[in-house]
Amino acid sequence: MTAAARIETVRQPVLEMRHISKTFGPIRALQDVSLTVHAGELHALMGENGAGKSTLMKVLSGAYRPDPGGDILIDGTPVATGDPIKARANGIAVIYQELSLAPNLTVAQNIFLGSEPRRFGIVDRDQCNRRAKEIIARLGVSFSARAPVSSLSLGERQLVEIARALSTSARIIVMDEPTTSLTSRETDRLFEVIATLKSQGIAIIYISHRMEEVYQLADRVSVLRDSGYVGTLERADLNASRLVSMMVGRDLSAFYKKDHRPPDSKRAIALSVRGMSDGNLLKDCSFDLHKGEVLALAGLVGSGRTELARLVFGADKHTSGTMELDGKPITTGSPREALDAGIAYLTEDRKELGLFLDMSISDNISMGVLARDAQAGGLRDFVKAERRAAKAVSDLSIRTRSVQANAGSLSGGNQQKVLLARLLETEPRVLILDEPTRGVDVGAKSEIYRLIDDLAKKGIAILMISSELPEVIGVADRVLVMRDGTIAGEVTASEGQPLSQEAIMELATGAAKG
Amino acid sequence: MTDKATEMSAGDQAVGRSRRLRTAFAALGMLPVLILLAAGFQFMNPRFLTETNLLIVTQQSSINIVLAAGMTFVILTGGIDLSVGSILAASAMVAVIVSLVPEWGMLGVPAAILVGLGFGVINGLLVAYIKLPPFIVTLGSLTAVRGVARLLGQDTTVFNSDLPFDFIGNGSLFGIPWLVIIALSVVVLSWLVLKRTVLGTWIYAVGGNAEAARLTGIKVPLVLLFVYGVSGLLAGLGGAMSAARLYAANGLQLGQSYELDAIAAVILGGTSFVGGVGSIWGTLIGGLIIAVLSNGLILAGVSDIWQYIIKGLVIIVAVALDRYRLQAGART
Repeated sequence: MTAAARIETVRQPVLEMRHISKTFGPIRALQDVSLTVHAGELHALMGENGAGKSTLMKVLSGAYRPDPGGDILIDGTPVATGDPIKARANGIAVIYQELSLAPNLTVAQNIFLGSEPRRFGIVDRDQCNRRAKEIIARLGVSFSARAPVSSLSLGERQLVEIARALSTSARIIVMDEPTTSLTSRETDRLFEVIATLKSQGIAIIYISHRMEEVYQLADRVSVLRDSGYVGTLERADLNASRLVSMMVGRDLSAFYKKDHRPPDSKRAIALSVRGMSDGNLLKDCSFDLHKGEVLALAGLVGSGRTELARLVFGADKHTSGTMELDGKPITTGSPREALDAGIAYLTEDRKELGLFLDMSISDNISMGVLARDAQAGGLRDFVKAERRAAKAVSDLSIRTRSVQANAGSLSGGNQQKVLLARLLETEPRVLILDEPTRGVDVGAKSEIYRLIDDLAKKGIAILMISSELPEVIGVADRVLVMRDGTIAGEVTASEGQPLSQEAIMELATGAAKG
Repeated sequence: MTDKATEMSAGDQAVGRSRRLRTAFAALGMLPVLILLAAGFQFMNPRFLTETNLLIVTQQSSINIVLAAGMTFVILTGGIDLSVGSILAASAMVAVIVSLVPEWGMLGVPAAILVGLGFGVINGLLVAYIKLPPFIVTLGSLTAVRGVARLLGQDTTVFNSDLPFDFIGNGSLFGIPWLVIIALSVVVLSWLVLKRTVLGTWIYAVGGNAEAARLTGIKVPLVLLFVYGVSGLLAGLGGAMSAARLYAANGLQLGQSYELDAIAAVILGGTSFVGGVGSIWGTLIGGLIIAVLSNGLILAGVSDIWQYIIKGLVIIVAVALDRYRLQAGART
């Protein structure tokens, strides 16, 4: 054992959470969870939605007081719990998903918001800017302290949040799904900043659903399940199936399901798209989608995948291009026309563009077929709606106490299933799924994969946009890769060779020639 | 696993309970206020709860309730219609002018309704197809239609002491004033459309999430055209009711700031200003609260000036309640 390693083992953890439990009335949100974090470590926290990650972090940040018996130790010393101000003073900072910056103020003003350096009772702007500049330099990023936050990108704003945490001398920074709304370039920059922070001895607790990120970043991974602590893996022991089985509590060798017969080239073409352009990003996109096929549309964020899907669905106007469905030319000038033709589209943003959160699950599921179900005089047929909803709830195992409950009351995975159910009620022949498992927990993910497989078996042609390569490879028969608004190439599985992740990435990044 | 199941159902129940409470608060929240107000005014002046006075209250509220019913449709889609007062004035002018045509005087009523519908459809076309903000469009028509109303009578009051449809404004059926019967019919019909028809569900969907509605294949512009059309049509009906009550119409004075009372009734009734949530029964109660407030304050001898101040404060409190409800309903 080397000297350095020995120091490593006896080194005091910067944070210890011991036997943390939290109950809300009859509901047990955390049960005897312990977590140890060292300085300069990135500790990933994983688990399905509702496993207790957020509750644990709220206990850490002082938003919740743990039940008696639980302790939080900083540098080995027990500290007060349930007090956000003291938690901050102890060096704990949380970077929230919803950014909480004032867009019209400068970067420096935001960093010191509420704790401005003062001279004679007046905000000392020079000192404010100078110190902000120092902190920004520490992060190794390039925007000005005097720039208004409104001029920054989403990723840069997140860095301002981190800078704000550093201004309060944070030593433990919690990041909750920090990359969900970042482009890949911004994500790379965030990762560089994370590396810098680690080298400065700051501990990072990193909550993420994305395996790839966790692989890339984590020194250790702790998993929560059903409000309890499952275990911690060292970096060397990380592997996907083990992590997944820890998260869901069962071995998921059949996590991805591909039972449907991959179509050969002789299989009938369901949808044929030729020369699609939108006069902006998309240029001359052409592809064929076969019956019973799962075709993935891969590519980096911003490569035009969603834009292409929306053109096909008629959600946006195309400037040129033609389409054929089952060999007959069709036009999709509006979603209504596309739906009537048999094309359905699952949006990537179910809350903003998909669900009616204040309406019942039943209404949400029937929304696309209300006119078809209507009785004479345009009266609603509530019996039919109820029947459709009940069938969808059982077919897709949507977990709800009643189909009359509001869609907003469901968890992410169940909301996604409600949205899928709505599309399936329109009996589509072509189904476009845009990030069908985004923000969905592992259990629901696997159910959605099974559903996609079943639909393909029934002969429905499926075009699936996905940013998760393991998902693309696990679910799709064939992959189209987009880059800069064009279709850069196609990746197919050859004899006994599965789809290659490397080939997809090469096409997506432009690393491959041709 | 069992642990999680029980935990989830306990959580669901808690969520369900609070949601039910909120829904009840939204729908009925103002009914206790109405009852309390009535009891308070009765305490101040025992003449309040007499049959005669209650008939006056319902009669006075009926035109506002008709306007507010149309306003409910519009606000449910997240829009606003500021032009209803002006449309009412123009329609009332048309009603009286047409009533003066010998033999064909009865046509004043359908003429008024059609004129209202016409203005509403113009609002709707501008909002739905030119995609202008509803506030701007109807602010414009508030002024322009007021001008039209004055133009119709060369800026004078038009009279018809022998109005063929005066029973609407002053007659009764089985002791119930026609004004009240019309207002209640409008409310019931609105309920039927909103809660029992496909179109009604689409209205809620458009207000709840317009882009999602479009992606679901709902023809959002048609829905918008419909709600502004309904609002205009009901303002036209309000014009006919008003003309029938007064035997006269004045393009300058009639219907001034009626839109504000209608909006106040809708908001008091718990319909969310951002759309997607609300009910016509709430609007009915909201309209009655405003009428009870006006009538009760007069009976209690409160001066005209203070009536304005109190009514204004009630509207602000109502919007504050709306905010509170939205916050309580906020999801994470």
